[in-house]
Amino acid sequence: MVKRSKPVVVQKLTALEKARSGIRGLDDITGGGLPKGRTTIVCGGPGCGKTMLGIEFLVRGALEFNEPGVLMAFEETPDEMATNVASLGFDLEDLAAKKKLFLDYVFVEPSEIQDTGDFDLEGLFIRLQNAVNEVGAKRVMLDTVEALFSTFSNSRILRAEFRRLFRWLKERGLTTVITAEKGDGTLTRYGLEEYVSDCVILLDHRVKDQISARRMRIVKYRGTKHGADEYPFLIDEQGMSVLPLTSLKLHHAASSERVSSGVPALDEMLEGEGYFRGSSVLLSGTAGSGKTTLAAYFADATCRRGERCLYIGLEESAGQNMRNMKSVGIDFEPWIAKGLFFHEAWRPTQFGLEMHLLRIHKLVEKVKPTTVIVDPITNFVSNSSGQEVESMLMRLMDFFKGAGITALLVSLTRGGALLERTEVGISSLADTWILLRDIELNGERNRCLYVLKSRGMAHSNQLREFIMTDHGIELIPAYVGSSGVLTGSSRVAQEAKERAEAAAREWEIQWKLQESDQKRLALQAQIAALQAELGSEERAIEQVSRENRDRENQAERDRNEMAKSRRAAD
Amino acid sequence: MKKNSKGSKALDLRLYVAGQTPRSLAAISNLKALCEEHLDGHYHIDVIDLVKNPTLAKDHQILAIPTLVRSLPVPIRKIIGDLSDTARVLVGLDIRAANKKRPAKPKAR
Repeated sequence: MVKRSKPVVVQKLTALEKARSGIRGLDDITGGGLPKGRTTIVCGGPGCGKTMLGIEFLVRGALEFNEPGVLMAFEETPDEMATNVASLGFDLEDLAAKKKLFLDYVFVEPSEIQDTGDFDLEGLFIRLQNAVNEVGAKRVMLDTVEALFSTFSNSRILRAEFRRLFRWLKERGLTTVITAEKGDGTLTRYGLEEYVSDCVILLDHRVKDQISARRMRIVKYRGTKHGADEYPFLIDEQGMSVLPLTSLKLHHAASSERVSSGVPALDEMLEGEGYFRGSSVLLSGTAGSGKTTLAAYFADATCRRGERCLYIGLEESAGQNMRNMKSVGIDFEPWIAKGLFFHEAWRPTQFGLEMHLLRIHKLVEKVKPTTVIVDPITNFVSNSSGQEVESMLMRLMDFFKGAGITALLVSLTRGGALLERTEVGISSLADTWILLRDIELNGERNRCLYVLKSRGMAHSNQLREFIMTDHGIELIPAYVGSSGVLTGSSRVAQEAKERAEAAAREWEIQWKLQESDQKRLALQAQIAALQAELGSEERAIEQVSRENRDRENQAERDRNEMAKSRRAAD
Repeated sequence: MKKNSKGSKALDLRLYVAGQTPRSLAAISNLKALCEEHLDGHYHIDVIDLVKNPTLAKDHQILAIPTLVRSLPVPIRKIIGDLSDTARVLVGLDIRAANKKRPAKPKAR
């Protein structure tokens, strides 16, 4: 018996293909773009950017991905549309001339129509087919098909035709974007989402505290993983930019390289080498404590290494800042000329928090710096809740870390408050925290600096006095004596006193040495005298003994003589 | 296509269809019947097949099929549908029902 085995059908699991939109950030949150060959609804209130999204999708498709497109407008004329997007740098007419885009304006005046029986919208299909053929389109945008509802009163036929339309588009593999007005409590006013359920994007434009904020949310994206949160986006002269909530995973690689802070004395306090590359440094202090100056030194050091620095000023204009820095000896002009220093300034109240974040993102992408300075970060609090600001700053710092950028954030602390408690509580997020503090004593206010923390290194815990001289910043160890920390003129006085005391001691020692020298000499003289005496005594003794010897010798000689003479006489 | 224009009262009619669909054919025949009955030759009909001339759909702003356009006399009137509702068509074309068009009263002969 022949064993018959069922053929095993292996189904290839194909992932849903996506059509890249080319819109900054959108491809990230959709995981690659809009569903290819399917229809996406973009809905939202008036003025929220639906048309803009659709047009940008088409234009970028034509320009960047070689996918020509068809734009069927039901409300605005092509001229109006072209004018609207001209400010974004999209030249619709030019694209049409190059056969990359086909613009069709569908206009039917309601008053002209009278229903006299059954009909369908084959005319629309014919036009669409013709348009697609003309340019070989792969993308289609319909803005906004809902206009047909006000034109044709027979909604039954209309809905049937819509169903047919979306099937028609799908059959031909056209990636379509349709725009729809948001309904009251429903996604779209006419319930188009019934027929189009592959992907629905909801745009929102709200005003809070006089600041407008745009948000985008992917309500539905069948068959794929997508970001489900609300993402802020903005529309500027380069088109639309969506800000993906950077995944707050702690996956950053840590560098062991060090960068100088620009102030040798400060580097000394940081193990003699400076900050870690890619770390975040918080520089806090009260007004006028020298934060911006320190930041400027850091920027200068960066440029000296040949790296790019982005300075984001949120309080002073670029011109003012540069003028002030000149007075402490830092000139940014040559760095700007070399393309190493970039200064951008704007007011925090000008935009909402996400806009700030997005702007910084875009600047960083454009400039590609290795260090970024944000001066100051505490202004944001004025127009948002502290928690929102903290969240935004966290995302900002996360972004910098992810990009390996060394970030220096300047924070202003209100005088009187505990200096160790920053306004926005991000001190725990910073790797290095340098505190600038004023010490008031004897009618003077002097600046002091100390490193409160610096992760990963044995930093100095000394309090140093911060002095700006015309040859740079000097950090002098403050005098800590029995009367406490002395700085400024007290320190100078104390140092003078110490010097005087030291001099006095020195002199005393000298005098004592001299004295003992003299004593020694005197003693030596005495010794010499005694020795001389001893010498003469010895000589005297020697003399006496010699004389004695001589006498004895003579006596013996005399005796011998006598003996000799006696014998002779016998 | 009947070409029978007579004077300034003549209606210039254009019927847009798409291929030989039943609806299109019905519209054509309905129109012919209607014109014959009410217009007494004062009309001119053009049937435009958009399948053969797709660009005309855009140029003449035609969406629905079938669409009947009365270009003369002005103002232009557009009527959509298969023209089965004669009364509506007449209203739309601004035609007064021909007087001889008494509702078919069986005449006693």
